[in-house]
Amino acid sequence: MTNKEWPLYEVFIRSKSGLSHRHAGSIHAADDQLALDAARDTYTRRNEGVSIWVVRSSEIVASDPAETAAFFEPAADKIYRHPTFYEMPEGVENL
Amino acid sequence: MYTQGLDQKGQPEGERDARETPQQLAAFQRRIDAEEKIEAKDWMPEAYRRTLIRQISQHAHSEIIGMQPEGNWLTRAPSLQRKAILLAKIQDEAGHGLYLYSAAETLGVSREQMVADLLAGKAKYSSIFNYPTLTWADIGAVGWLVDGAAIMNQIPLCRCSYGPYSRAMVRICKEESFHQRQGYDILVKLCAGTKAQKAMAQDALNRWWWPSLMMFGPSDKDSMHSAQSMAWKIKRFSNDELRQKFIDVTVPQADFLGLKVPDEACVVDDETGHYAHGDIDWQEFIDVISGNGPCNEQRLANRRKAHDDGDWVREAAHAYAGKIAARAAA
Repeated sequence: MTNKEWPLYEVFIRSKSGLSHRHAGSIHAADDQLALDAARDTYTRRNEGVSIWVVRSSEIVASDPAETAAFFEPAADKIYRHPTFYEMPEGVENL
Repeated sequence: MYTQGLDQKGQPEGERDARETPQQLAAFQRRIDAEEKIEAKDWMPEAYRRTLIRQISQHAHSEIIGMQPEGNWLTRAPSLQRKAILLAKIQDEAGHGLYLYSAAETLGVSREQMVADLLAGKAKYSSIFNYPTLTWADIGAVGWLVDGAAIMNQIPLCRCSYGPYSRAMVRICKEESFHQRQGYDILVKLCAGTKAQKAMAQDALNRWWWPSLMMFGPSDKDSMHSAQSMAWKIKRFSNDELRQKFIDVTVPQADFLGLKVPDEACVVDDETGHYAHGDIDWQEFIDVISGNGPCNEQRLANRRKAHDDGDWVREAAHAYAGKIAARAAA
């Protein structure tokens, strides 16, 4: 009896070329190759993808939800980054 | 499927954790009320976490155990095509189980723990899978009624407040429609066949109708956790509302087949437009849920055997992974 848990992998799928890979879910697998096979069987039984990435969940570095407000604060007061900030004079076109 | 609300009594899970402040709880409820999704690492009340772990893991177990009643007919499917279809459906159920175990794991419980609880008989799963599939028509009835009831229950879960669960449900719902149609298709063929075939279809409906109605869980007046789950937007409709919806869409489908649901009280109320239904035998429901249904023992014994028989495969995969890692390090 093996009591060792298989590592968790996050699965990313490109649904067709031209689109980026998107997180589909996760799976457990003993190694990288088995992770790919399991991801295929679990997440692409109906031709949902043309490419799969799997990455060990432990390798992902993520921002902290508790710090969300502070972390993204620098972008909050820069409304001049949006085109709608600028009012264009009447009669000016194509901008 | 299969969010039956199985542990209704004596559970402390509705209680508030003493460390949680009223401010935290109020802020959480505001997010829910604003229809914001809660994600895995977000702050959440312990009771919300426990409720979801219970519900999602029971749902996952139901998918896994649910492979057995159908697997029973795999080698006896009447044609190669039916066999291929049934095999694909059963594989989907395994996939659904895996999506759901993953969703539950985001809440901080390991899959090993959940599986161990199932094998130890400590975890519950939907009552419906403890009934036997006696004839080929049962495979039709399971797809049509059991997956039909599942869809009714699961569509609102796609809007559940917990992100990972709702995303798993979206994926599952996309696949369930095939399950229900293949079941109905089996019955369409049988009902257009010989007298004996049609009688077999009617017999399957007779046996699966009431257990399917029980899949929606206890009546609203006896469902203790419903109000809290509704407030948290884990649940969107009450058990009785969903059951009524299921009856209303399913009875005309039975009419089309020329079959009759086994309930004399099941007639349309001209005023409301809804079908009435007779009393549900809740004692049977309680018996099946507490382990005394026709197949409970067999289902768990099969699951344990499958787990034990797969041990050498897990062991080998683990050893191979170790070897590859050692080579890469060398």
